[in-house]
Amino acid sequence: MSENIGMFGASGSGDTSGFGGLVRSAANFGSSERPYGSYFDEVADELERAYPEFSDAIEKVIVDRGELTLHIKREKLFETAMKLRDTESLRFEVCLGVNGVHYPEDKDRELHAVYPLLSMTHNRRIRLEVSVPDSDPHLPSLVEVWAGNNWHERETWDMFGIIFDGHPGLTRILMPDDWPGHPQRKDYPLGGIPIEYKGATVPAPSERRSYR
Amino acid sequence: MTLHDAYASATETTEGRVYSVTGGDWDSLVTEIGQTKEERVVVNMGPQHPSTHGVLRLILELEGETITEARAGIGYLHTGIEKNTEYRTWTQGVTFVTRMDYLAPIFNETAYCLGVEKLLGITNDIPERASQIRVLMMELNRISSHMVALGTGALELGALSPMIFAFREREKVLDVFEMVSGLRMNMAYVRPGGVAQDLPKGAVAKIRETVKELRHNFKDNEKLLVGNTIWMMRTKGIGYLDLAGCTTLGITGPVLRSAGMPWDLRKTDPYCGYEDYDFDVITTDTCDVYGRFLIRMQELEQSLRIIEQACDKLDKTEGQPVMVADKKIAWPSQLSVGSDGMGNSLEHIREIMGTSMESLIHHFKLVTEGFRVPAGQVYAAVESPRGETGVHLVSDGGTRPYRVHFREPSFNNLQATSAMAEGGMIADVIGAVASIDPVMGGVDR
Repeated sequence: MSENIGMFGASGSGDTSGFGGLVRSAANFGSSERPYGSYFDEVADELERAYPEFSDAIEKVIVDRGELTLHIKREKLFETAMKLRDTESLRFEVCLGVNGVHYPEDKDRELHAVYPLLSMTHNRRIRLEVSVPDSDPHLPSLVEVWAGNNWHERETWDMFGIIFDGHPGLTRILMPDDWPGHPQRKDYPLGGIPIEYKGATVPAPSERRSYR
Repeated sequence: MTLHDAYASATETTEGRVYSVTGGDWDSLVTEIGQTKEERVVVNMGPQHPSTHGVLRLILELEGETITEARAGIGYLHTGIEKNTEYRTWTQGVTFVTRMDYLAPIFNETAYCLGVEKLLGITNDIPERASQIRVLMMELNRISSHMVALGTGALELGALSPMIFAFREREKVLDVFEMVSGLRMNMAYVRPGGVAQDLPKGAVAKIRETVKELRHNFKDNEKLLVGNTIWMMRTKGIGYLDLAGCTTLGITGPVLRSAGMPWDLRKTDPYCGYEDYDFDVITTDTCDVYGRFLIRMQELEQSLRIIEQACDKLDKTEGQPVMVADKKIAWPSQLSVGSDGMGNSLEHIREIMGTSMESLIHHFKLVTEGFRVPAGQVYAAVESPRGETGVHLVSDGGTRPYRVHFREPSFNNLQATSAMAEGGMIADVIGAVASIDPVMGGVDR
């Protein structure tokens, strides 16, 4: 696993401001074994029953800290979501949005999208996780399944650059429309833009000579 | 005729001739529009409009006074809090997240801390007294937040007096916050492992007195608004959103409960020991602004009930710890008041400066570098005044978060603006947005 050093290029210093010596590495979990415990086995069984191709769609199942995470292949995300919503014994009628996580060291799986699902009918929660390569950051949009994902997908596009195919209007939502880059990615420095003040331009902190 | 009015210039677009009106002479515009058959008016409301609840921009397409399309533009208050937390320790994160939804700081802090504690695996080690204080502070915060929702909501619809009463009550709650944490807003009081410091002497008595006053004073606004003909005409049947609409849009909180769904995380998925408190989940089945208003009014009383029970519990746990016992996580010193104000307690200073070098190293490492959190991801949620405040935390095993994401109810619920406003009158969009109670600090983060 490679290491990603902090923004000012400092290494081995006692600087704890967060800018120097900031070492980041991606965590990788192995798949969990049955039984998963709690209601997780029931959810997995029901999903397999309702969706025969489920074994094809799933990459791995992780049970950690009392939470179930299903890693789904992106080609099957839409179908899986539909089954999770419409099957009576599952009935995940609420999606609490989508959130991106950037793992630059996770080769060909750099960008992850995480969907927390809630079933009010059964009072259950699970999480879907999908990964896409940075070179081809396309995911099917789930706005048709859960309309409330509209703004969440726009935010994830804005912040991470994941493109949600089929979204009714995938535009930036928090950053200005003409903003370059996707700020929440790990390769995007904190405060990495020059500051214009009283006609002068002050370079971004990471570009200032004194820090190099 | 060519017209040279800088404020009402016409441009040719693919959709036809478009006139931008930002001031100037109305007559000259009318002359130029002349006999045009089709007329479609797009009104830009905000982002600096007094009744859009902060820097919210609404783009309304009108036909007469009826809204045919409503869109919300957000992002004017984006501060990059989530990105910033990745460059600070887990404990420092509290200081950031408290500033998201600035009307419900304690809820942001608690959701975040519950997430960190889940990652650390110390959820069951949090002292009873710390959880009781969290519940107490959250319910007080719910009152102060609902007060702003009711006060500003009424103000926006033209009822001025409720705002004065609401802010009078809110002030009392903020006084309690100041007494307990030293700050009236953005307290950073809830910390991973517990709370920053124990309640000061006399706090419980003062809170009991405040509860009495609040219960009495809430009647003022009740008398002004509940059953008030004008108020009902402005709010009944307005901003309609039924249960199917709520679930597909992921709406939670008072808006969901106004559709008849008794969904409240304090009951369905209790945290901080809410299962030990006796209170009711308030619902209406009117799906409108009036229903949401009634829910907020009645939730005030439920919060008072919980606060009273928390006070009783706190009497029994007097003197017990408010921070987790694990010295590798707990903040090394407890605050106390000295001759120059609040700071580290004298005993602690004496220990680290005079007697134990190991204590000094421990203090220094924990405060500057922070504790390590095992790798993994969690989702933790609390019932905030606006719905489910969820936090998704990812740790890579370091002393700083790898990713912090807040699932803000304001952000999510604001999407309902279109569904609530379209087909209605332009004056009613104000009431609909006010009933969602969005806080832009939370929406934009």
